[in-house]
Amino acid sequence: MSAPTTPASPDVIICPGGPMLLRGDHLVADDDGVEHRTTRPISAVCRCGKSATKPWCDGTHKVIPEKHRP
Amino acid sequence: MAVLPKPRGPLSEALIAALVCGSVEAIAVRPGSSEDAALTLWTLYEMSYRGYDGVDDRLEFEPELVRVRRELEDDLERRLRERWPGRPSYDDGFAAAFFAMIEADDGPSLARFVQREATAEQAIELLQHRSLYHLKESDPVALTLPRLPAAPRAALAELQYDEYGGGRPERLHAHLFAEGMAALGLDATEGGYVDEAPVEVLEQNNAMSLFGLNRRLRGASVGHLAAFEATSSLPCRKMAQGLERLGFPQEIREYYEEHVEADAVHEQLAARLICEPLIAAEPDTEDDVWFGAWTCLDLESRIARHLLERWDAA
Repeated sequence: MSAPTTPASPDVIICPGGPMLLRGDHLVADDDGVEHRTTRPISAVCRCGKSATKPWCDGTHKVIPEKHRP
Repeated sequence: MAVLPKPRGPLSEALIAALVCGSVEAIAVRPGSSEDAALTLWTLYEMSYRGYDGVDDRLEFEPELVRVRRELEDDLERRLRERWPGRPSYDDGFAAAFFAMIEADDGPSLARFVQREATAEQAIELLQHRSLYHLKESDPVALTLPRLPAAPRAALAELQYDEYGGGRPERLHAHLFAEGMAALGLDATEGGYVDEAPVEVLEQNNAMSLFGLNRRLRGASVGHLAAFEATSSLPCRKMAQGLERLGFPQEIREYYEEHVEADAVHEQLAARLICEPLIAAEPDTEDDVWFGAWTCLDLESRIARHLLERWDAA
């Protein structure tokens, strides 16, 4: 009997209406070209443009109108 | 190690006496009040985390105490299930429906109150109540880890690696909270403020242990986690702002600031990479995932209503 297969998981996950999840160690350049190194095993990168902690998500997408969410 | 609480009725009195003397006679499970029952269950659950100084660790699985715990947790679970209205119907996948439920939650917000108008005394009282959980943050759901299938198990480990400081004890979330308490001159001993905790706070803590310690409730445990994380990022920003308004030290504000960013990651992880794959692998857990998530929101709004009413701020 072979072991059950678990499909390989992606390193980048786009969350509908929310951030982009990024697995692993990366340098992320923000709007102004400033580079930020990830500090967590998995990071959430802002896609709505409204985060106060850009380039990282701070959950602000949840309080903007649905039509303006990514 | 936690500190043994003061009894609040005949049942907690009998339990604490048995823990202190180390010999357990038959205990009649007839609590004098809901507080007495909740405190007894909380005291038993703490035996499964870091125990008590001077109490024999072997009592964790003493058959008579396991029987008492089982009776109290059956009663708690029955009450929680009676409150739950059932899961929503949805076609677009779990995550979308889950975030819609979170968005529709209109329970009162303690974070908003702290942000705008709480006095220093009220904020301190809230931190004391929160310390029951924050000083063992993420521990209850850690008990669920080995009970999950591969995909959600890997994702929960990834989330918890962050909760537990990414290998650095000084970044462990429970430790950040302890540093904040110490900076405020508060007691950072686990359970140090249990004697002040209202029944709503005890019940919130007991529900997490109930879900974490019982394998059959693994769905409720990760559902609770997802709702907890999804109601954390924005409220933690408000808490940090409120504590700054009150001139509280940097250490306690840092705890909340860390959670703004961390929980914006964790809520997505919990909903999309833990709950959804668990439901896919074990469809029987679906109802419990929703039950756990809803219970998390319900227990938090019970605490908020209780405190805001008592502070005359409802």
